Amino acid sequence: MSNYAIEVDHVSMKFNINKEGVDNAKEYLIRLAKGNLHFSEFWALKDISFKVEKGDRMGVMGFNGAGKSTLLKTIARVLKPTMGSVNVKGVIAPLIELSAGFDQNYSGRENIFLYGATMGFSRKFIEEKYDEIVEFSELKDFIDAPLKSYSSGMKTRLGFSIATSVKPDVLILDEVLSVGDAAFREKSEKRLQGMMGDGVTVLFVSHSTDRVNKICNKAIILTQGQLVAQGDSDEMCRIYNQMVKNR
Amino acid sequence: MKGHGENFMKYRFLLSELVHKNIKLQYRDSFLGMLWTFLQPLLTMIVLSFVFNSLFGRDSSKVVNYPVYLLCGRLLYEFFSSSTKRAMRSIRSRAGIIKKVYVPKYIYPLSSVISTFVTFLISLSVLVVVILFFNLTNIHPIHITWRIVFAVVPIIILFFFSLGVGMILATLSVFFRDIENIYDVVCLLLFYVTPIVYTIDRLGFEAGSMQLKLIKLNPLYGIIDMFRACIIWGGPDTFWQHWSMHIMLYCCVAAVVCLVVGFLLFYKFQDKFILHI
Repeated sequence: MSNYAIEVDHVSMKFNINKEGVDNAKEYLIRLAKGNLHFSEFWALKDISFKVEKGDRMGVMGFNGAGKSTLLKTIARVLKPTMGSVNVKGVIAPLIELSAGFDQNYSGRENIFLYGATMGFSRKFIEEKYDEIVEFSELKDFIDAPLKSYSSGMKTRLGFSIATSVKPDVLILDEVLSVGDAAFREKSEKRLQGMMGDGVTVLFVSHSTDRVNKICNKAIILTQGQLVAQGDSDEMCRIYNQMVKNR
Repeated sequence: MKGHGENFMKYRFLLSELVHKNIKLQYRDSFLGMLWTFLQPLLTMIVLSFVFNSLFGRDSSKVVNYPVYLLCGRLLYEFFSSSTKRAMRSIRSRAGIIKKVYVPKYIYPLSSVISTFVTFLISLSVLVVVILFFNLTNIHPIHITWRIVFAVVPIIILFFFSLGVGMILATLSVFFRDIENIYDVVCLLLFYVTPIVYTIDRLGFEAGSMQLKLIKLNPLYGIIDMFRACIIWGGPDTFWQHWSMHIMLYCCVAAVVCLVVGFLLFYKFQDKFILHI
């Protein structure tokens, strides 16, 4: 048994950029008949390999369009890589966008179960975690109100509480540590630190080397879809700062 | 295959959650709530009965009881059209989740068809009430026999047929939005080419004619006819006039073919969905 939580093995991701925006059948068939279906290829990720050990906190840095989000999506199994493979052990909690799994017409209570189910948990497991989720989100009084009446801050609080209460093995953070007001932010940062102490594996995407340095012990740098450097976070931050200066 | 089974077990709670959600949300905030599942087909039946009875007159020698005849056909047609429409939209309307979290995507069309199926089963109570009404008032009473249990056969065939068609439509509509517009018209056409408001004899085609064969090619025709045989023509001699083993076999084959094509198509293209939604 290897001790890696995430193994990314020679992953490449190709997108066909559809220049003319063909999205109806008539256009498609006409172009197909004319042999005129042109796509331009775009490789968002080129042959990326790295491993993250269990309990590591890995920072992912790179300029806009370097492929950070694409990489995270392949790790979260949302995108299937064109080549190569990704292997993740355990449950991933994607904090990419906290309210994606909610239904606006459902109440807070119902949404907790829906969100948990979307993450692949059983009813019993969510029932066990239910009280903890409600308490942490501070939404006890509103839990039976429909979600459409929630403020955006309330929704993110609920999403954050669910995603972290289920004790995931891998946590994907995409600069979301701005949940709610100052008091809740402090509380959530404390919870994340607690989880990191318990050995959860973290993937953290950021532009800020300070944040990466504070949270992560390892880091990788992406440039135009290629992995240009990987290693300890302080060294990577130095390289990244150099890259920013030279740009 | 083992992986698929395990994955299904892991996400079966999601499936039941989605089915519950679709049913619960359908009538939430409406005054009469679930009662609409009952009222809607009843009112439609009354409207259609009036329109088609008075406009076109009816062939009473063939139809024992026109409202019941109509209701049998319409309930089954309604399940088919609304479940396939919902399944068709199920992937695109979940774009937000599919782009963020890994979920086995077939769960969405599957849950759409199952939840519509549950509503359909509840709406069958309309049929019970309407038949009771006619039998108690003794106007064109329906003679119910034990053969009513055979009604599960067309219902099961219809479920799998709808699921198959739903999967095909869900896949196609991700790549071609046009499908959603065309399909409404297709459903309307289907409503009229399937003998729902009329009997197939009323069309006046000769036995064995091309037109008759074309109409019988539509699996919905066979499914609805089998269902009516169980409800309306349950008597020992009338039942076998309406229930044909050939048509039953044909409907089974059509359902299985649609299901296999639907799942294969879906599996082949599901990794590309995210690039188009």
